[in-house]
Formats: sequence, structure tokens, C-alpha cells
Amino acid sequence: MADLLGIAVRLAVIVAAFLLLPLIVGQMEHKAMAHMQSRLGPMYAGGFHGWAQLIADGVKFAQKEDVIPAAADRRVFAIAPAVALVPYLVVMVVIPVGPGLVGVDLDAGLFFALAVMSIGVLGVIMAGWASANKYSVLGGIRAAAQLMSYELPLVLAASSVAMAAGTLSLQGIVEQWRWWWLPWQAIGAVVFFVAGLAELRRPPFDMPIAESEIIMGPMTEYTGLRFALFMLAEYAGIVVLSALTTVLFLGGWHGPLLPGPVWTLVKVFALVFVVIWLRVSYPRLREDQLQKLAWIGLVPLALLQLALTGATKVLMT
Amino acid sequence: MMFHVARIPGEGLAKGLAVTLRHMLRKSETQQYPEVHPDLPPRSRGVIALVEENCTVCMLCARECPDWCIYIDSHKETLPAPEGGRPRARNVLDRFAIDFSLCMYCGICVEVCPFDALFWSPEFEYAEYDIRDLIHEKDRLGEWAQTVPPPPPHEVGAGPPKEIAAASRPATRTAPPGRTAEAEKGGTAAGARTESADEAATAVPSGTAEASPGPSASVRREPPRAMRDIRSIRPPGALPKAPKNPKPDPQDPQDSQNSQEPSTRKKDGPKEES
Amino acid sequence: MTEEGMRRERVVGIGAGADAVQPRELCTPKDPATSKELATEDMVLNIGPQHPSTHGVLRLRLTLDGERIAAAEPIVGYMHRGAEKLFEVRDYRQIIVLANRHDWLSAFANELGVVLAVERMLGMEVPRRAVWARTLLAELNRVLNHLMFLGSYPLELGAITPVFYAFRERETLQHVMEEISGGRMHYMFNRVGGLKEDLPLGWLDRVAHAVADVRRRLPDIEELIFGNEIFLARTRGIGVLDRETIMQYGVSGPVARASGVDLDLRRDEPYLAYGELPVKVVTRSAGDCNARFQVLLDQVRVSLDLADACVARLRDLPPGPINQRLPKVLKVPEGHTYAWTENPLGLNGYYLVSRGEKTPWRLKLRSASYNNIQVLREMLPGHLVSDMVAILGSMFFVVGDIDK
Repeated sequence: MADLLGIAVRLAVIVAAFLLLPLIVGQMEHKAMAHMQSRLGPMYAGGFHGWAQLIADGVKFAQKEDVIPAAADRRVFAIAPAVALVPYLVVMVVIPVGPGLVGVDLDAGLFFALAVMSIGVLGVIMAGWASANKYSVLGGIRAAAQLMSYELPLVLAASSVAMAAGTLSLQGIVEQWRWWWLPWQAIGAVVFFVAGLAELRRPPFDMPIAESEIIMGPMTEYTGLRFALFMLAEYAGIVVLSALTTVLFLGGWHGPLLPGPVWTLVKVFALVFVVIWLRVSYPRLREDQLQKLAWIGLVPLALLQLALTGATKVLMT
Repeated sequence: MMFHVARIPGEGLAKGLAVTLRHMLRKSETQQYPEVHPDLPPRSRGVIALVEENCTVCMLCARECPDWCIYIDSHKETLPAPEGGRPRARNVLDRFAIDFSLCMYCGICVEVCPFDALFWSPEFEYAEYDIRDLIHEKDRLGEWAQTVPPPPPHEVGAGPPKEIAAASRPATRTAPPGRTAEAEKGGTAAGARTESADEAATAVPSGTAEASPGPSASVRREPPRAMRDIRSIRPPGALPKAPKNPKPDPQDPQDSQNSQEPSTRKKDGPKEES
Repeated sequence: MTEEGMRRERVVGIGAGADAVQPRELCTPKDPATSKELATEDMVLNIGPQHPSTHGVLRLRLTLDGERIAAAEPIVGYMHRGAEKLFEVRDYRQIIVLANRHDWLSAFANELGVVLAVERMLGMEVPRRAVWARTLLAELNRVLNHLMFLGSYPLELGAITPVFYAFRERETLQHVMEEISGGRMHYMFNRVGGLKEDLPLGWLDRVAHAVADVRRRLPDIEELIFGNEIFLARTRGIGVLDRETIMQYGVSGPVARASGVDLDLRRDEPYLAYGELPVKVVTRSAGDCNARFQVLLDQVRVSLDLADACVARLRDLPPGPINQRLPKVLKVPEGHTYAWTENPLGLNGYYLVSRGEKTPWRLKLRSASYNNIQVLREMLPGHLVSDMVAILGSMFFVVGDIDK
């Protein structure tokens, strides 16, 4: 009984975090981006510096008409946003925030997280295909191509950490983590983060969305709540990516003075800021340049990291 | 090559990040508009104000308007004859409306108005939910007159304003100094004018209109003083509220309601074009 | 659109909508293989008339092989407003109102062409103060125009920030423009024989200040975008325009100068006060998107310098009028003339034919963007859709200027 209650509490906390954190990230993006662009960003909703802007946006989206194009594949069109969103919720279940503070501590947590995360892209491909719109199709195909090239460096970089820690459990990896892993796994961290950005279709890798070329790509035909779900998925994805990078490469809850969960959140939001910062500063790559970057840049780097980890591991033992 | 291309790989990327970060730490440029009003220069073409008292229904503005968005109706009224004179007819303005949904904000009407009945005001907050409400009738246009700022003084080295130039010529030729009241358009600019123009400027009571002595109907003819007063109403925002004697009619009044000819002749009267 | 193109556009489509766009007889094929094969055909993609990268209503009909463009056809005219015909029923002051509207980013330069043509026909001498003030305003207008593109071009490539910096600079300059003319975009400040009004007191100081501000903050845009490796990768070697094509299509302005066509009317056929100014003509030889962007950036600097020179000169000029007194009804003597100016986007010409009336008999408008855009037909094939956006943005066009 106590077990059941514990699980219920954990799930409730995770769902709450899942709903809250993306909103905070969204608001942070509004504000950080605005100030980087010499603007103020939202200032009215909610009174104090527009803190309730995203809630207001949500209300607006809920009121909008839900349009489904006549030629669309209705069923696929309707479930695509859910397919894009739910995987991130599931991943959050296995991410530890502090010692023992985790939804479910899976033995193969890392494997699970990476596998589930990549499902999110399927939602985008489905949306692109089902929308009956040429721009959407182009976007969907771009998303698919991106998925192909970025899963590999992502997995390679993550496996380097797993090798270093000797476990696939996320909790276990953080427990094994020492400060000198920072320089040791630095290449892997960069590769993981960049590949993750590409998987999330965040600038500078947002070619599947590319509003100035293919007009939001797969999301072109979406309106109202379904569109809001896609946006939510994007921000949830940022949270998940930042959290995974924190857990794998930045040592999760390790840190002086402050309690563990606070450290995790601080690191996560620092990474979130970097994600936003990159979006503000950089133009978008072209699809083939992205592929080139992945195959002749990130994959060799990830392999190098893997070799480095392996060699160090062997020398140490 | 003027631009140094980044030599270290990633230098350009790092610079970009630095620029955005620097801006984030700086004060932002945003003006919180509804709370903070923009500081608009006096020449801003925001809305057209009408000083009804000055309008003689000459129709010049309506005819010069490139998209004909000014609507004017008027009728003729005969004034009883003063002692020893003959009865005079004058035009009474019934309707003066500008359709701001058509207006291109070119300012030609303001420019051509020979009697200084139209002015630009920098006010811009008159958006409407219904496009038909953008037709401003004369009372609404008259309200805008309160917001007309005085014109800015001219830069050092500017020639005298053309009103003064035009006015001073007959003034030097035929004595009455009052003619210089034609200069009113540049009235408040007096301070900045070059010395040469000052003799004209001195005749102008600078700026605000006092509770002006009701100009008599025969202003045009004789006393320079009274005429100067009515013509030197500046800024129009300071116009006394009580309906004054409207613009006295020029020499030969005629029915200008929807007619073409009168305006050209009337325009000759006060404009003093050489 | 050709018959062939029509057919293909109708039947080609991939994704869920493919069946819906196919005509009935093709929807129920006898042989299922036929419909399968159709999906491998080229896809016709309409960019515009409503598309974020066309800045209005330009339409491009692309034939795509995957993402590679096989053929491109610019379809213009969605914003045709009949400016030339309207000119014929407007007097010369009213024409200025219309003329500054076709290229809404270069309003002052557009007005200028009209009044120069009329003044030439009248044989009118414009006061020197007016000439210098016009030169100053024309250069400020050029900076305003270029800043717009310096901001919007990165935006097209996905960099969302430079546009805000560019608009901050535009705001600085627009403020002085508004102070003198009363307008922020459609200045309506030229008149035949000079300018509408004289400069307000202290305006020259404020211009000098604004120019200095813009010059000081211009490196923000440059550092943010210009050295960026992603930006270079997106623009270098993309959309190369060679000299030959430029000559054939009559491309002009910064786009032509980026390909080494060294033509600038300010230097080669000086109008206004350009004859007395050291006009530095910016050219590049690469002819790609990056070179075009560089030319724009450098031209801003040149124009700011010219503006400073004009301010200095205006301070020294002896007092005098800013315009000529005109007759009440301005009639241009019979005859014809062609006045062209170096507009921010290229050569802008007015061919004025007068029959001695108060309206022109004909006023032909040669606008820069119309010619510049035609060359897209040659440039786009072989590039990717993403490059199309890069090229389109680097052609610096205003749709009103294309469609007139």
C-alpha cells in the first residue's frame, strides 16, 4: 500500500514537473531572447513582467478552432502531436534529480531514455506526412533525415559515459561521477548536446521547421491545441535534453553547498539557457550541411571519445 | 578585403554569442508604448486638424487631394448690409469631413490651404473598430486643433519662410505694415529667424492668441490690425472657444458649393503669389 | 504556366494529400504501378504569393526534384497598382505622393527621380541648400533601406536577432527623417524646385548624432552575423551571378556591384551634389550571396560618410531658400526626358513625356527590383530550397517595386 502511494506521489510530481518545467523554459526563452534583442518581451500577462504569458497563450490556443485539412489523413494527423509529446514525459520518469529521487530507477535507464526520446521524432514525421501539404512533407522528410544522422553520435557519446561508469543506470552513472570526468568526457558532452539539439530540431538545426523556407514544416497545418502540444513537446524536449546532459556529463546532483536537487535544476537551467542562447545567435544550417557535420564531425568525435574512455578505463584498472 | 574572415574555427560563432550576451546585459530599447508616449516631432503627420473659423469653403483642399477623401458641403448666407454698404454673401461650412481610411497622409491639403484652416497634428491614436468611423466630421477635426504644436524654428541659414518673403514684398512697396500679418504661418518661428526677416516678424504677435478683438466683417479691406489678429491665431489650439466671426469673405463672394471656379479667384486674394 | 506544367502540378503530390489532388481517372488506376510512379516525378512547389521569404506577394513556381530546384519561374504582378497609369491623371505634386510608394523602402529616392525629371524639363535651377539637403536625405534613405535588408536577410537564414539591431538603427534615423519631413516612410518632402520646408533648428546636429550612433553600433550586426561560420556556409558560393547575365537582364545596384559591375550613377553620372562628393563605389567580384551582403554592409558605411559630408557642407552654405517659388498651376513644357537615379536597390528611372499639360502625358517608371528579380529564373535552378531562400533574400527586392 505504501509502495503504491509512493509511486502515485512520484508520478504526480513528475507530471507536475512535466507541465511546469516547459512553461518555465518557454518563459525563460521569451525573456532571455527579448533582452538579447534589446527588447523587453512579454510585460503584461499576469502583471509582473508578464510571468503568465504562456498560460495566456495556452488559453488562446485552447479557444482556437481545430482545423483538419480535407485531404489530411485524419487519424494520423490527430495522434501525431501526442506521439511527439508523450515520449518526453516517459523519459522524465527515469531521470534522477537527486540521490534516490527518481520516478523509476531502471537498470537500463540510459538505454531506455535514448530509445524513447527518439520516438518523438516519429510524431513530427507523421505530422508531415498526414498534413497533405507539400511544405509539411518536405519538413517531415527533413526531420527523418535528421533523425537518421543524429541518433548515432547521440548514442555513441552516451555509451562513452556508460562505459566510464560501468553501468546503464542513470542513477548509477551519477553516483560514479567524479569532477575529473568533466575534462575527460568533454568531447562526448559537446557531441551529445549538439546531437540532442539536432534531434529536438532546435536552431541552428531547425531545418524541418524553418519558418522562412517551409513555413513551420510539419506544423504548417496545425492549429489550436494540437499546435500547442507540438510547442509543448519542443520545450519538454529541451528540458529532457538538458536533464540528460546534466545527468550524464555534468554530474547531476553533485555540487558543493546546495542540496542535490537544486544543483540538478541549476545545471539543467544553465543548459536550457545555452539552448536559447544558440537560437538567438545563430542562423540555420542547410540540411546537407547538417548531415555533413554529423557524419564527418560528430560521429568521428564520438568515436574518439569512446576510444579515449576505453583506453583510460583499461589503463586505470 | 575589409572584413577579416574568422581564422580560428568557431571565432565567428563565439563572437555572435558575445554580441547577444552583451545586449542581454544592456538596457533594452523598448518603449512601453501605452504607458510611455512617443516623442513625436511637430511636423509629424498624424492627423489633420481643422480650424473651422478659417475655412472659406474654397474647395482647394478637396480638389487637390490625390484620393479625394475630403468632403465639403456649404451654403451661402447673406449678411445684412452695414450702414452705407451693400449686403454681403458669405459661405457657411455645413460639412467638412476627411475620410482617414482613404487618406494617404501626403499633406497636400494642408499645404494648399490658403487660409490656414488645416494643420497637421502628431496625434495618432484614432484607430476604430469600424472603418466607417474613420470619417472625421468637422467637430472631430476641430478637436484635433487643440493638439497642433507650433511649427519648429528653422535651422540657421534658412531662407525666410515663404509666407514672410511673400508678405514683406508688398509691405515694403506699399506702406501698411499690417500686411505682414501674412507671415503668421511662421509666427512662432520668429525667434529663429534671421535678422532680415525680423522686421516682418516684429509685426506678428508671437504665438498665442489673446482674447482677440472680434474682427469686423470688413477686415479684408482696411485695418491691418484686426486682420493681423485673426490671421495670427497660432497655435490653433489656443483659439478662443466662442464662435468668432468666421473668415470674412473676400471681395466678390460667390457660391462655392460644389462649384469649381470660385476657389481659384479667392485664392488670389490673400495668397499674394507673385 | 504551360499546359504540361498544369497537368503536372495537378497530378503530382506526395504525402497523404496525393490522392486528393489527383484527377479522378488517375485516382482509380487500372494498374497500381502507375500511381506509384507518379510519386517519383518532380514536385511543383509554389513559393508565394503568400510566403514569409517573399516579403510580400512575389510568387515563384518551382519544379523540385527532391529538394533540388529543376526550374524556377518568377510570377509577378500580384501587387500591381497601376502606378504609371495613375501618374497620368495626377499633377506633379500629386505624382510625388504616388511615386514614393512603389518602393516603400526608398521613398525619398523615388520622389527625387520625379522632381529631377520635372526640373530638367522646366530648366529650373534648384537652390544650393536644397540640393545639399536632398543629397543628405537621399543618403540617409539609402542607409535606412540597406539596414532593412541587413536585418531581414539573416532572418531568412534563420538568424532572428540582427533584424532587431537593424531596426534599432533604422529607428534612430527615422526619427530625424520624421523630424524634417513629418513622415517615417513616405516622406513626401521633395517638391519641384526644392524641398517642402526648411530644416528645423538643430536638426543638423541631431543628424550628425544619429549618424554617429549608427556608425558606432553597426559592428553589432557585423559581428553577430557576418563572421558567423554558419552564415558563411549558407552564403559563400551560393547563387553566383556572373557579369554576362547581369548585362543581359539589366540587373543593377548592389546586386550588380557584388558581381563586379562597377556602375554607380552617383559617381558615373552625378546628379544632386554627388559631383562634389567623393563617392566611393563598393564592389565585390565573387557575385554570390555573401558578396551581395558585403556590398550592402559597406555601402552603409559609405553612405554614412557621405551624410556626414553633406551635414558639414550644409552648415557652411550661405543662407538661402530651400525651394523655388512655383506658379499656381505647374505646367511642364512639351517634350520628354529620362531621369535616372541610383536608388538604394539599383537604377530607378522615370521617362517623362509631357504635352504641356499640368499632368504628364506618360511617365514610364523603370524600377530596379523588376529587373533584378527576373534573373532568378537563371540563378535558382540547381540549388536547394534552402538556398532559394538565401538567394531570394540576397536579391534585395521590394515587391511594390517589382509590381509597381
